[in-house]
Amino acid sequence: MSYIPHTQEDIQQMLSTIGAKSIDELFKDIPVTLRPKSFNLPASKSEFAVTQVLGNLAAKNATGLVNFVGAGFYDHFIPAAVDALTNRSEFYTAYTPYQPECSQGWLQSIYEYQSFICELTRLDVSNASLYDGGTALFEAMMMAIRHTGRNKIILDSGVNLIYRTMLYTYTSNLSIEFVEIPVVHGQSCRQELFKYLDDKTAAVIFQNPNFFGAVDDYSDAVEKVHKFGALAIASVYPVSLGMLKTPGEMGFDIVTGEGQSLGIPLSFGGPYLGFMAASSRLVRQMPGRIVGSTVDSDGQRGFVLTLQTREQHIRREKATSNICSNEALCALRAAVFVSLLGQGGFKELAEQNYQKAEFAKERLSCIKGVQVKRASPTFNEFTICLPHPADAVVQRMIEKGFACGFPLGRFYKGMDNYLLVAVTEKRTKEEICRFAGSLESVL
Amino acid sequence: MNIPKNLFYTKDHEWARIDGKTAYVGITDYAAHSLGDITFVELPKINEALKQAGHCATVESVKAASDVYAPLSGKVLTVNMQLATNPELINQAPYEQGYFFTMEFSNEAEKVNLMDAASYQQYLEGLSK
Repeated sequence: MSYIPHTQEDIQQMLSTIGAKSIDELFKDIPVTLRPKSFNLPASKSEFAVTQVLGNLAAKNATGLVNFVGAGFYDHFIPAAVDALTNRSEFYTAYTPYQPECSQGWLQSIYEYQSFICELTRLDVSNASLYDGGTALFEAMMMAIRHTGRNKIILDSGVNLIYRTMLYTYTSNLSIEFVEIPVVHGQSCRQELFKYLDDKTAAVIFQNPNFFGAVDDYSDAVEKVHKFGALAIASVYPVSLGMLKTPGEMGFDIVTGEGQSLGIPLSFGGPYLGFMAASSRLVRQMPGRIVGSTVDSDGQRGFVLTLQTREQHIRREKATSNICSNEALCALRAAVFVSLLGQGGFKELAEQNYQKAEFAKERLSCIKGVQVKRASPTFNEFTICLPHPADAVVQRMIEKGFACGFPLGRFYKGMDNYLLVAVTEKRTKEEICRFAGSLESVL
Repeated sequence: MNIPKNLFYTKDHEWARIDGKTAYVGITDYAAHSLGDITFVELPKINEALKQAGHCATVESVKAASDVYAPLSGKVLTVNMQLATNPELINQAPYEQGYFFTMEFSNEAEKVNLMDAASYQQYLEGLSK
């Protein structure tokens, strides 16, 4: 379809039809101070010149640092086959199909993605994916509110501040009562949780491992939460599920998470991948698409979009969510990534992350003035306390070639000297030792 | 179209069979027909307080999801658990095994807002014109 811009006559005709004098008049409800001052676009340039400008901008990013930053997004290796398969034009250029059952390949890839998510989380049913870990957690919270008919949410403060902020922002015009419970020695404080837990509580939200990297078995808390008729929600780091007790085994009702670590490159602003799985009794409250498997009239296996009466195009304003698509390409990357690793490979990936982080803990704890927090077990990320503010240390470590971690003072008051360090399978023994040496030299 | 004589009807195609202070509630043959094959029903909770014309249940068919409104104000006594596994009962026997729930109604006077079989028949004829 060719692009035909409006002519001056078209514009005049439209304006006179609606009785407006100019295009500016259409924006008169927006105060002048809030309108764009100028778009400040330079004159057009050749392709070559544009490539140079953008290349120079991109070169301002530090890309050569050895990465020990996590805080919700992790530097994992992505096998070349992930790009090779997902860049096939059948997948790469396809928009969400409006006659989905005609796109059996697309449906099958999502069905397999959903199956992986169910396997990893050990919950009954997964949807076709959501935008990112934060929006997935918001949708899970709204599921709990609809399911219970209650509006009190207990939120563990070990949940990533980005997610907590998203929950508050998304719901700022709804009457939802939030209670945040503190983390004590890395773990969610049960005493505080049980103090606030009551029969008005819709859900309790945890993160595992939590923002400090601490791993916990929430089974006891989940059991208590259920006694009050509330739902238990966990946001999890999918790679950790290769070795940790699964949210399904802990009894969680809804599990969400950021799927970036499953074959999606780190990039500022995404696109990332939200995943969600739930107990089958909540399936009708789930947002977004769900692909199901069935047999056709000849008895052959086929795939369909199922339970669509939850969705916006059928249920209109009563839909479970305004999500009416999914993050298909990123979900495909995750499906390819997980299938390339296989069950054994996925477990090994998790174990390498854990072992390398444990090795890093040992090395860092030998540095005078560095205290590794060990009150809780961790997966591939842990907290250290430095003798100086972490922000300054991060600056000095960049000069040494390291992105050394996330300063916890940015998210938590009074933790200016604390640094969150992540160690993935990509970090070699040599890098970890050099990292420890450099840290010692800058303190 | 089956419109039993002894029931009360709403404009939203719910019916109520009144027995003392108790009412059986469901959707009419006309509603079940219009929706097509019903695949799922979301029923109210026992003891839930209902308001006349307020939302009380949701029915999903292969075509649509529709809200069901309470014919009278009151409190839910029992819900028809059979519908959880056999929602097709609503299509097969909308006035018997396909009922939704029973309720204790609180305001006798609200009955004036309901139609008898003859008025409902007339109402349906009006709709098809």
